[in-house]
Amino acid sequence: MPTISLKVNGKAVSAEVEGRTLLVELLREKLGLTGTHIGCDTSQCGACVVHVNGDSVKSCTMLALQADGAEVTTIEGLAAADGTLHPMQAMFREHHALQCGYCTPGMVMSAIDIVQKHPEGLSEEQIREELEGNLCRCTGYHNIVKAIAAAFPLMHQKHAA
Amino acid sequence: MYDFAYQKPASVADAVKLLAGDAEAKLLAGGQTFIPVLKQRLNKPSAVIDLAGLKLSGISVSANSVTIGAMTTHATVARSAEVKKAIPGLAMLASWIGDNQVRHRGTIGGSLANNDPSACYPAAVLALGAVIKTNKRAIKADDFFQGMFTTALEPDEIITAVEFPLPVEKSAYEKFRQPASRYAMVGVFVAKGPAGVRVAVTGAGQNGVFRVPEMEAALAKSWSPDAIAGVKVSPEGLNSDIHGSAAYRAHLITVMAKRAVAAA
Repeated sequence: MPTISLKVNGKAVSAEVEGRTLLVELLREKLGLTGTHIGCDTSQCGACVVHVNGDSVKSCTMLALQADGAEVTTIEGLAAADGTLHPMQAMFREHHALQCGYCTPGMVMSAIDIVQKHPEGLSEEQIREELEGNLCRCTGYHNIVKAIAAAFPLMHQKHAA
Repeated sequence: MYDFAYQKPASVADAVKLLAGDAEAKLLAGGQTFIPVLKQRLNKPSAVIDLAGLKLSGISVSANSVTIGAMTTHATVARSAEVKKAIPGLAMLASWIGDNQVRHRGTIGGSLANNDPSACYPAAVLALGAVIKTNKRAIKADDFFQGMFTTALEPDEIITAVEFPLPVEKSAYEKFRQPASRYAMVGVFVAKGPAGVRVAVTGAGQNGVFRVPEMEAALAKSWSPDAIAGVKVSPEGLNSDIHGSAAYRAHLITVMAKRAVAAA
């Protein structure tokens, strides 16, 4: 089996994988990072979204081998070492942007990417459009959109500082 | 998913060699269609040849053309200031494919090689009279699309880039999305450029993308939504499924085309 080396949440890791091993399987089963969820397994729900080289991707629709040499960030990589939440996580908590929580890791990872890619600003309508690839079966979208709007100034303030 | 041998060649020549040497091998571009196909066990390749090492990604603009590397992602095309300026309809189209995550991985070359009858890119490529460049030759869009999931590509041929001729005077894409999958139920790309005035429709035809000559003739005389308002597209040869009948799609083609003309 081929061996791949990549960085996950800032740490160098290597693992033996099969050709067919998906990135989400590598994360959950080999690296024990079960914060990344598998919802639909058909590329639609977005529960498995992680960042690969700074872009949000569905880790159920990428081979582990395609991530060889990449930098991957999962939900586990967001909070600071002392437990301080990432502003997006903090705003999800503040605005009660979750009910069952199943979609939350993917929602948070997509939300961070959306805010980072739109430094010029985001309307509520744009946030809803950009969330196209993430489904919440509790239909908790309203508070998710509120949380993302609230995280926007916090994240860009942090970038400016 | 059935297992396979994964290969990541570093040059187009090496990729072609691997492909030509194994009839059961398949190419992997962005994988946003192909990986789901593998997961459903609809395909059982002996080897998967990843094209990510071939350096086929990137956009270059000259006085006469915009050239987009085959492995360029939809997100890159959608955000490109150069594409937005030269062919705004093309950037618009790319920004509506799938969702953010799909756009970060999916590529123009993969989309064209697959030629899904509901894919967006074939409409732009046909309407803009683009040229598909491969390791062997340059194929005109008019000759490239040959029916549902069928193209002019030979078994050992790899798309390297797509060249869109300039100057493009007008371009726009309008898509009526299937409400669940968000694929185009009907997508219409309208363009006025070196290939003339063209109207290309995706999502509706049983044989994939096609042009609407009556609309093209009307728009060549007068570029306005009113000029094509009276064009009735025949439902013959259009898809009919649980999402909409052929007659419904035929009607939508004129509606989407009018909107695209107004937006261009």
